[in-house]
Amino acid sequence: MSDDRPAPPTVPIDRPPEEAAKRLGHFRPRLLLHEDHDLCPGCGEPVAIRILLDAIEELGCAESAIGVIGIGCYTAFTSTLDVDLVQALHGRAPSVATGAKRMRPDCLLFTLQGDGDMVNEGLQEVLHTAARGEAVTCVLLNNGVFGETGGHMTATTTLGQRTKNSLEGRDAAYHGHPIRIGDLIAPLGGTAYAARGSVHDAASVVKTKAMLRRAFEAQLEGRGFSFVEILTMCPTGWFVPTAEGPDYLENVLRPVHFTGELKNAERCVTTEQLLEENAAAEREAAARGARQPAR
Amino acid sequence: MTAELLEGSLAIARAALLADCRFFAGYPMTPFTELLEHMAEALPTEGGVCINAESELEAVGMAWGALATGARAATGSTGQGLALMQESLSEITRAELPLVVFHMARGQFDYTQATRGGGHGDYRHLVLAPSDVQEAVELTQLAFHLADHWRNPVQIYGDFFLAHTYESVELAPLDLPALPEKEWAVDGRLGGSGRSRNLNPLGMEKGAKGIEPERFWVRLQEKHDRMAETEMRHEAFACEDAELVIVAFGSLARFARSVVQELRAEGVRVGLFRPISLWPFPAPALSEAASGARRVAVLEQNGGQMIDDVRLAVLGRAPVEAIGGISSDDAGFGVGDLYAPAEIRRRVEAALAARGGVQ
Ligand code: SF4
Repeated sequence: MSDDRPAPPTVPIDRPPEEAAKRLGHFRPRLLLHEDHDLCPGCGEPVAIRILLDAIEELGCAESAIGVIGIGCYTAFTSTLDVDLVQALHGRAPSVATGAKRMRPDCLLFTLQGDGDMVNEGLQEVLHTAARGEAVTCVLLNNGVFGETGGHMTATTTLGQRTKNSLEGRDAAYHGHPIRIGDLIAPLGGTAYAARGSVHDAASVVKTKAMLRRAFEAQLEGRGFSFVEILTMCPTGWFVPTAEGPDYLENVLRPVHFTGELKNAERCVTTEQLLEENAAAEREAAARGARQPAR
Repeated sequence: MTAELLEGSLAIARAALLADCRFFAGYPMTPFTELLEHMAEALPTEGGVCINAESELEAVGMAWGALATGARAATGSTGQGLALMQESLSEITRAELPLVVFHMARGQFDYTQATRGGGHGDYRHLVLAPSDVQEAVELTQLAFHLADHWRNPVQIYGDFFLAHTYESVELAPLDLPALPEKEWAVDGRLGGSGRSRNLNPLGMEKGAKGIEPERFWVRLQEKHDRMAETEMRHEAFACEDAELVIVAFGSLARFARSVVQELRAEGVRVGLFRPISLWPFPAPALSEAASGARRVAVLEQNGGQMIDDVRLAVLGRAPVEAIGGISSDDAGFGVGDLYAPAEIRRRVEAALAARGGVQ
């Protein structure tokens, strides 16, 4: 290296850059008609929808997919997702998907619902669809609140979580307990695959996309019902600053709705078991002197 | 074509198959139950699907999905079950899906529910009320045709009597005009082409940013206005010179008809007007039929629901009075007093006497 070469630019790491980084590539998935959306900054739903579209594309199902969309902030995506869609009502998506799948068994049928949609209003529909072993894939975007109405308590809101109608935090004695929907779905006879992922950090996004692929594969192989719950950020509904969304998810939602595979070809476990396995792995890692606990 | 002796429910199920119904979902509730049983037996053997849904909410949702793929699909229940379906019924109407609904009511006290609906928003269903099994066979086929033609739900309003009566019927296919291809139906094939479909009750269109609720509403409203103008159906029997016009629909109208025949044979000037379409209500035809009458008597098995439509049609030109009421028997399904011609005759004679006695 000769001495007259200019020194490489130094990147300050003690403060944010003065200019935003240039975009290096074009990231729009092919199955998205345009990039505009009306969701809040820091919302986890666009990320979840992106990996859903990528999974469909990668499995070669772009030209055989039919989606049934529930009610929530992501409803706005019905005009921008470039797959055939049916807009359903709160809770009804699994039934609508059932009717469509029975008439078009060659299509990949997926639903997209929020926690208010699926776990509050549509609890029995998703359970019956799973029990029937209907060959559809139900995707739950769980942020623990009704995001669209402005941050109200849902059936998945965790104990202590503050929402617009549980101002002092969800109190079990007064508001009841959160439902871990995956634990109800996984043991049903018709369920072939059930998993809970998240989109609050890059590693989780990668894992969750793999879960979506496995769920779709279960459907394509005719093994029965499949289910993927995705924990998503809702800084607006949680009343936290945008940048704190991922931490809030990690610290408030994830300890209750813990991520992992609840049912696959090998085993069926509960969220409690996933939590125990994780705690055991953390203890083991600590004993080995590892700095990072296992996730 | 030879006649067969069939129970009403079975005849309707066979007519639905004749109309190429491929999907049916329902939840048992008397007197809809037998229709579900027949569909569950017949549809799978014909290559279709019948699902015993876990609730009415799920039944209508499943039909919604089947319709979205372009299949002819139907569901149904009795009034109580249809009350549970109302939310989806109005959304399906706004998504312009051609659902056929078999409303096998316990009696006639679901008239307002059937014609006005209990769902949200501006929506209309065509409602056809057969008065015998043969007519039910024909109206069932017509219902599937009209649903596709208008891309709008069509209800068949039957009742306990129609569902359970055995009658001799001919199951002949109706000769109906050809319909356009269902270009709108989802099959997944257009994914990634930029032309994928969006069956949406909220007015959201693929590729469009935001919604234009006004444009969406105007389009649907204009369609409902055209339906109202073109789909009125009725039967006027001996109304030309009638001094008293009886208005009745469905099974009850059959009994009223026999009373009218009986009284006519005795020289009494009574007529029967029977709306076949409950929505749109055939108001101009009733106005015409009642133009020479001195009195209009509404015979319905409820506390006075259709009487509102009759009054709007007659518009004060003649007094309109209710001669019906609740008709119940020990079984609680409404096959009671009003199904006895003698009782109907007594009420008609009372109505005649109210304006000066029987001629
Ligand atoms: S309210 Fe919550 S879920 Fe809805 S767009 Fe905003 S951040 Fe996303």
